[in-house]
Amino acid sequence: MNELVFFINNVVIAGSVTGSIYAIGAIGVTLVFSIMRFAHFAHADMMTFGAFMVLLLTMAFPGAGAVVGLPTAVVMLPLAMALTALLAVGIDKAFYKPLRAHGVKPIVIVIGSLGVTLMLQGLIRLFAGTSAQSLYIAERKEIYRLELPFELATRPIIVTEPQVILFILTIAAVVGLHLFLNRSRLGKAMRAMSDNPDLAQASGININTIVAVTWVIVGGLAAIAGTLLSLDVTFKPDLSFFLLLPIFAAAIVGGVGHPYGAIAGGFVVGFAETLAVFNWTVMLRPIAHHFPDWLELPRNLAFVGTEYKIVVPFFILVAILVWRPTGIFKGKVIS
Amino acid sequence: MPLLEARDVHGGYGGMNILNGVNMTIEADEIGVIVGPNGAGKSTMLKAIFGLLTVNQGEILLRGEPIHNLPPNKLVQKGMGFIPQEKNVFPSLTVKENLEMGAFLKPNNVKRMLDKVYGFFPPLYEKRHQPAGELSGGQRQMVAMGRALMAEPDVLLLDEPTAGLSPLYMNEIFERVKEINAAGVGILMVEQNAKQALAIADKGFVLAAGQNRFTDTGAALLADPDVAKSFLGG
Repeated sequence: MNELVFFINNVVIAGSVTGSIYAIGAIGVTLVFSIMRFAHFAHADMMTFGAFMVLLLTMAFPGAGAVVGLPTAVVMLPLAMALTALLAVGIDKAFYKPLRAHGVKPIVIVIGSLGVTLMLQGLIRLFAGTSAQSLYIAERKEIYRLELPFELATRPIIVTEPQVILFILTIAAVVGLHLFLNRSRLGKAMRAMSDNPDLAQASGININTIVAVTWVIVGGLAAIAGTLLSLDVTFKPDLSFFLLLPIFAAAIVGGVGHPYGAIAGGFVVGFAETLAVFNWTVMLRPIAHHFPDWLELPRNLAFVGTEYKIVVPFFILVAILVWRPTGIFKGKVIS
Repeated sequence: MPLLEARDVHGGYGGMNILNGVNMTIEADEIGVIVGPNGAGKSTMLKAIFGLLTVNQGEILLRGEPIHNLPPNKLVQKGMGFIPQEKNVFPSLTVKENLEMGAFLKPNNVKRMLDKVYGFFPPLYEKRHQPAGELSGGQRQMVAMGRALMAEPDVLLLDEPTAGLSPLYMNEIFERVKEINAAGVGILMVEQNAKQALAIADKGFVLAAGQNRFTDTGAALLADPDVAKSFLGG
């Protein structure tokens, strides 16, 4: 039974955490692509920026969380979302909009977004330094230990407070986005524009409004994902390089342009990563005495070492591009 | 004052002119039909009116007001509707959502106009929760026309509404065009099925090489032996 608990702690929970973060990140990438038709490389930096805003706000008002009984970082999240949304709209106005107005090919805007990535990274490092910092400044990270009501299970299931908040916020973000895209006038217009931009324009839909709304949503979601990741581990100024590849892999696995595909893709990549670094020795130990003598169970039986975790999304990305470039949900092919 | 008037319109993509002086006049209660051989500039003329390409010379007037080179969303506000020949629905949106997008600029009218459009096209009511991409060609054309009607236009531009449809649907579409016109919407459409289209036309414009070749009532053009010989296949 303890093996099962170990599996739940190290795969089910860890995979869901990583999957949720990748899913929210990939939704942002997919939304930008479906409205503006380019791969937005600076997305992971918007996530970092959102987390950085939370860090600054938490440092400024360290006691704010105690008032409502939540971590201060979570209380500051709405404000950080607004700031990141503002940044996203600003970046579009300053860099991407002029490029679109020139009618350049998408690849030019993609390279432009690479420039924005480097710029944002420089800016964040300028103010945040290069070391990792915890978003729990004046508080302690709560850890919940759930004892299982089985005699054989002596170890508890371990969930931390930020992980619980992460699951709740992920569900809220997905449900909120679903309602927005399917019920609201602007959300439907966003889907219309993703379907057929010319006809959207011929219907009187103002493209600039839709683009701005998209950036507000993308910025807000990026701040959520970045902050939740930083809460779970720590805030690192170079967070984005570790996120960029997995979230693009997730968006492509799910089918570019499909928000629901991005969610599925996020969890596929998240779980694949977690399973790849999972130590299977623990699971095999109870049946080890059935093995022949010459077969000794190695101490660490993982597919890849933790330090090579990043190859997993890389492999998935290459595999999906070779065998099914449109992804699970038959999306568009990124160009 | 005519509803829609084009005076000596020259225009095209970039610097190249495809239209070399087209003249057209449509009154508020009329159906105008543009016919002519391939490459005559028929669809180009519709796109020029709807602001999708540059008018280099001449003018286009809507109720006497110059509208050439205004962007499409401004023209929708001014009461013009355009139905492209291809890609004229939002495939992943449901029929109802497609129609709602037509009334994007007039959200208060959605309920009333939905009822009206379902009245014109009863099959759309049955399929209102189905994605438009799953419909047949004829039903898709109905969605496209319905979407344009949702904005309560004064004038509707249709680019080959019957292209690729079976004769059954073709007649259905022509009937609906007549009904929509009778409900007070001016119509200007480009048609390959010239005979049938001219039969319902108040005005016909035969274009060739980007210019008016013949301009008359639909009936007169159908009766004209010259038009018949050169453009209607004898």
